[in-house]
Amino acid sequence: MNHLDALEAESIYILREAKNRFEKLALLWSLGKDSNVMIRLAQKAFLGQLPFPVAHLDTGKEFPETYAFREQYAKEWQLDLIDDDCPPIEDVDIDLEPASRFAARKSLGLKQAVKRYGFQALITGIRRDEQATRAKERVFSPRGEDGAWDFRDQPPEMWNHYNTDFPPGTHIRVHPLLHWTEVDIWRYIQREDIPVVPLYFAKDGKRFRSLGEEGITFPIDSTATTLDEIIEELEATRAPERAGRAMDHEAEDAFERLRAHGYL
Amino acid sequence: MTTNSEPIDLTPLPIVIVGHVDHGKSTLVGRLLHDTNSLPEGKVEELKAQADRRGVAFEWSYVMDALQVERDQGITLDTTRIWFKTPNRRYVIIDAPGHKEFLKNMVTGAAAADAALLVIDAEQGVSEQTRRHAYLLHLLGVPEVAVVINKMDLVNYSQERFMTVEAQIRKYLRELGIAAKAIIPVSARDGININKRSDDRGKSRMGWWKGNNVVSALDSFTAQNAPTEQGLRFPVQDVYRQGDQRYLVGRITSGLIRVGDQLQFSPGGQTARVQSIIDPGQTNNPSASLSTSLTSGAGQSIALTLDEEIFVERGHIASHRNATPVETNTLNVRLFWLDKIPLNKGDRLVLKLGTAEHTVTVADIRRVIDVETLQPDPVNNEISHNAVADVTLRSRSRMALDAFVDHRATGRGVLVRDYRVVGGCIFEGAVDLAAARHLTAVDQTVTQVERLQANGHAGGVLWLTGLSGSGKSTLAMALQRKLFERGDQVYVLDGDNVRQGLNNDLGFGPVDRTENIRRIAEVANLFADAGFIVVTAFISPYREDRDNARAIVGNKFREVFVKASLAACEGRDPKGLYVKARAGEIPEFTGISAPYEEPLSPELVVDTEHQSLEAAVAKVLADIDRSAIRSGDEKRKAG
Repeated sequence: MNHLDALEAESIYILREAKNRFEKLALLWSLGKDSNVMIRLAQKAFLGQLPFPVAHLDTGKEFPETYAFREQYAKEWQLDLIDDDCPPIEDVDIDLEPASRFAARKSLGLKQAVKRYGFQALITGIRRDEQATRAKERVFSPRGEDGAWDFRDQPPEMWNHYNTDFPPGTHIRVHPLLHWTEVDIWRYIQREDIPVVPLYFAKDGKRFRSLGEEGITFPIDSTATTLDEIIEELEATRAPERAGRAMDHEAEDAFERLRAHGYL
Repeated sequence: MTTNSEPIDLTPLPIVIVGHVDHGKSTLVGRLLHDTNSLPEGKVEELKAQADRRGVAFEWSYVMDALQVERDQGITLDTTRIWFKTPNRRYVIIDAPGHKEFLKNMVTGAAAADAALLVIDAEQGVSEQTRRHAYLLHLLGVPEVAVVINKMDLVNYSQERFMTVEAQIRKYLRELGIAAKAIIPVSARDGININKRSDDRGKSRMGWWKGNNVVSALDSFTAQNAPTEQGLRFPVQDVYRQGDQRYLVGRITSGLIRVGDQLQFSPGGQTARVQSIIDPGQTNNPSASLSTSLTSGAGQSIALTLDEEIFVERGHIASHRNATPVETNTLNVRLFWLDKIPLNKGDRLVLKLGTAEHTVTVADIRRVIDVETLQPDPVNNEISHNAVADVTLRSRSRMALDAFVDHRATGRGVLVRDYRVVGGCIFEGAVDLAAARHLTAVDQTVTQVERLQANGHAGGVLWLTGLSGSGKSTLAMALQRKLFERGDQVYVLDGDNVRQGLNNDLGFGPVDRTENIRRIAEVANLFADAGFIVVTAFISPYREDRDNARAIVGNKFREVFVKASLAACEGRDPKGLYVKARAGEIPEFTGISAPYEEPLSPELVVDTEHQSLEAAVAKVLADIDRSAIRSGDEKRKAG
């Protein structure tokens, strides 16, 4: 088994486990590279067709290219798409730093979706290598009723026996890509020919390495216009993936606080 | 399997760094990342600036201890992961916390690792958590281990001190059966012996060390491959239907599956052939994502179809017929306990093994192990937080499993109680497991048909259940007389002949009652196999126990509810037991201080409150004659 096959097999196992353990389940489709990989993995896991809806937490602030991508592939992949608007910025905790506050609309959108559709579990595309706080995650990660993550007291997780028994009211985040790295994602996109939003490829010396909303996500300097060049760039770089995400850098613990309160 | 040109060494070797709190694990990792040029640009500068703002000295451990709370408390809380590479290989480090309270996180980290670095403070030497972690590495079966004796700067780089600590840990590891790949003196703080040999550094005072550095020790570890050479184990994860087609999905944990293979599903032993295998394959077209293959191996997540519709569900393990898992209800395990509430004999847990879940009872705590001395702890008979113990678990359902030494993935399990993972265990090659493994049915020289022809009836079990005083023994004895007189082979099992001998080690608590019933059922089953009609006369108050007895005996089991109200039974009170029970002299007395669960659908109900003994006997005899026990009459005539 080569490296990508092993990653894929593990992710498929996790997705099937989620499907088996939770009746009300959805996949969060951020429209970014990782969540497109997740959709491909789910197509493979479930023999062609996703057996649960995909949810896009829409702030209305995505790039036009991102929306175009959503329209095209929701149709092409025959996705059962939920694209409710996130609650307005006025609903967000006023004490957060500006970009974090902006990002926190997604946390509210997520809570709204959980409440509205009664999802017991949400599949999200976070990875351990993205960010130190995410490195501590479990594959099946419980959240309190308010969506809060108690990273101080996480349950043990051993040998592919994920925690699937939780008291009523808890909801679960399932992380099928937790063990992947950024360059793994790109190699897999290349191998499987998975479409991505064109903003990931360099234009005028800039490209988006991590894709969020307009206004709080910024491109990096890059000349990588092909998948090969992106992979080559990532093999060489020592700069962090989320450098272009304003909310990670406003305060030392900004992202940790966002996550503790329910952010992805 | 798909083929492509991707190099195999993209797969990082997962390593775990363990050791006693404050022995310098995070510092070692921070330094390792720095010395292998693996840190993100500007990370060290960023952390140094943060330390300056706080007015504290920069520590290498800040690299890993990225969470705010950790910096405040100065200890690592949870496992974090970080990737790095040497010229030879990629690695993913799982940094495990050393603080005792966070052992569950250490176990989570170590369970995912193929190799381990055990870090020991040169000044403090081998400490409690050093031993506990080493023990868990052994228990979890982490294949490769090296020891880092850190903080050599605090002991003036003394070779003598190094040798003392080295001898200490070597002795302990030897007792565990762990052969350390290397034991290396290091100063993580000063960056000595991390990626360069100390004698490469002019001023180093560890010129005496000629052995490995940390990086060369890591590079000497062997990566673990998916065990394709072992016998097949395919735990069924789910069953999907698409149109008329039924797919069994799951991840192969060992061995190979080929199209056309005859698979056996445990428990139960049903068989069918593999008709097709769908592996995830490599596809550029999502709607055509069903890619078939002829062979799939360990590690792959597949879907397969069978040539026959047999009953298979999540939890079954598919294997090849000549090398199946063990099936058992009783299991010896070595267990590590992670819950604050201790584990006691008689406790119930859920055991997750493979994709199956079984409700198990702690039938016996054979010994609690003191990880300091590796000796049985003579004091404790409960298993407290973070303890290790040898335990016997019993399940009502049949479990399919392996000994850990034979098959890792199906030889271990996690334990769940009240929605929480509270421990893990590996299955030992213990007595019952070993026995079950080598157990092959020996062909009897007398067949069931011959017995039936000789006796004029088949063997069977009449299981009488009812309150004390309901008349079970009276009915049983009367039946025995009648059956014997008409020439049938008959025997009665009751409290007098079973409790005094076979079961004289059992009391009257729920666990012992369960075991009492299990043994009686097994004995009754043997008698029935020998062609006897067995009448058992036991209160057997728990429905689950009787169902278990039914499962053991099979279709020759007939449940007879000997019915009389509590008032009637107490009124009869032939042995004066109710009087004593009411006086509190007999604890856990059925009907008074312990429950009686009436049968829901017995084969027969005999009402002794409103029926005479003769009528009751006649009713049971008539039932026997209608049942499979008597169906032999025809066969005898035919023979």
